[in-house]
Amino acid sequence: MKKLFALFFAGFVVSAACAQEAPDVLVQRVTDDVLEIIRKDKDIQNGDTHKVIELVDKKVLPHFNFSHMTALALGKEWRKASPQQQQQLTSEFKTLLVRTYANALTGYKNQKVVYKPIKMAPTDTDVLVRTEVLQPGSKPVQLDYSLEKQDSGWKVYDVVVAGISLVTNYRDQFGQEVRNGGIDGLIASVAAKNKSLEANSKK
Amino acid sequence: MMDYFYASGIRRARRLALGALAVAFACSGALAEENPRDPYEAFNRPMFAVNEAIDKYAAKPVAQAYDNVVPLPVKASVGNFFGNAGDLWVGVNSALQGKFGDAGVDLGRLLINSTVGIFGLFDVASELGLERHDEDFGQTLAVWGVDGGGYLYWPIIGPRNVRDTVGFAVGTYADPVMYVRPVSVRNSMAGLRFVDVRASLLPSDKVVEEAALDKYAYIRDAYLQRRRNQIFDGRPPRLDD
Repeated sequence: MKKLFALFFAGFVVSAACAQEAPDVLVQRVTDDVLEIIRKDKDIQNGDTHKVIELVDKKVLPHFNFSHMTALALGKEWRKASPQQQQQLTSEFKTLLVRTYANALTGYKNQKVVYKPIKMAPTDTDVLVRTEVLQPGSKPVQLDYSLEKQDSGWKVYDVVVAGISLVTNYRDQFGQEVRNGGIDGLIASVAAKNKSLEANSKK
Repeated sequence: MMDYFYASGIRRARRLALGALAVAFACSGALAEENPRDPYEAFNRPMFAVNEAIDKYAAKPVAQAYDNVVPLPVKASVGNFFGNAGDLWVGVNSALQGKFGDAGVDLGRLLINSTVGIFGLFDVASELGLERHDEDFGQTLAVWGVDGGGYLYWPIIGPRNVRDTVGFAVGTYADPVMYVRPVSVRNSMAGLRFVDVRASLLPSDKVVEEAALDKYAYIRDAYLQRRRNQIFDGRPPRLDD
């Protein structure tokens, strides 16, 4: 599944020139682009975490709405958090997601992505783009993106692998942390997690 | 993430599961703060710890060795073979859920892959556009309206709610591998299937380790989401945020 996570990040290469291209076109173009880069990059294939994070930072992140993602992961508590807490949590959560799934990119090989036809009206501002990842010897795996329309173009706010939302899957864990130590406790926990991951990757 | 728990179809596990089910209910009364999504957490957490230990010292090292040594085409054929062996039961469950078109496809897959695909080693049917479906008896029960019951975490077979535990137990009776004789060959096949499925999950290990604040909860919630998705054949109704 690491390879699947890989593919979702592979999805999003910046193209400022066509900020308002259709969401399905966006997903397909950037997936193909990033997979192409990874296929050619030996360092990434050998597991160079920092190089992948750099790639993700530069090409993928502009197409994600992390504050929406964080709000979705936190649920009702989000509105009770101060703007500053929201900002801190978003920043830590973003670091966690990027590191985790950028690492997954390094495992990319042998997969093929199939893009499903999209059903959307011209007035839609919230759509689901469906793809499927094919691997030899395994069942195809569903990989879906939820996107919302913003002035700066379509932004991804959820990624769903085999029916598992990588965002809402945090809801219970976040809720637990908030019950134990409030929003600040949650921020501290995610920050601590990031720190330990960073320390491990330097070993 | 959970597929490898299908891998072990050992009869002993079935008896163990049903016995432990009773234990789970007995344990569940003592909880101070209950998570409505996880009423048997007091039973599940220790079981999770047991399974983590089994995985770390036995299942995972074997799967890693298998993954390193066996070339990709062979691994693909092993996966195809067991997939084919399971397609009849998939078809039965499609039919039990009223999806007769799917059931026909499943049967067609079985016939094509068992013959042209040389005992299922090659998934010719997929190449021909006959897609593999993802059905099991737990999903059938859900479609019939059976409630999920509480979430459970078993040693070896991993996460399953009460409904899926029953589905799994019934499924072992429909598992052709369980009818292979002599028993030593049957056990080798069940073992190989377990290792194959565990190996296919190796890439996700690191992701889960890194992503989770609480690995137990991360796996539980992933299981619950994934099963819901399977029951609705990949198109679950949206939940309110």
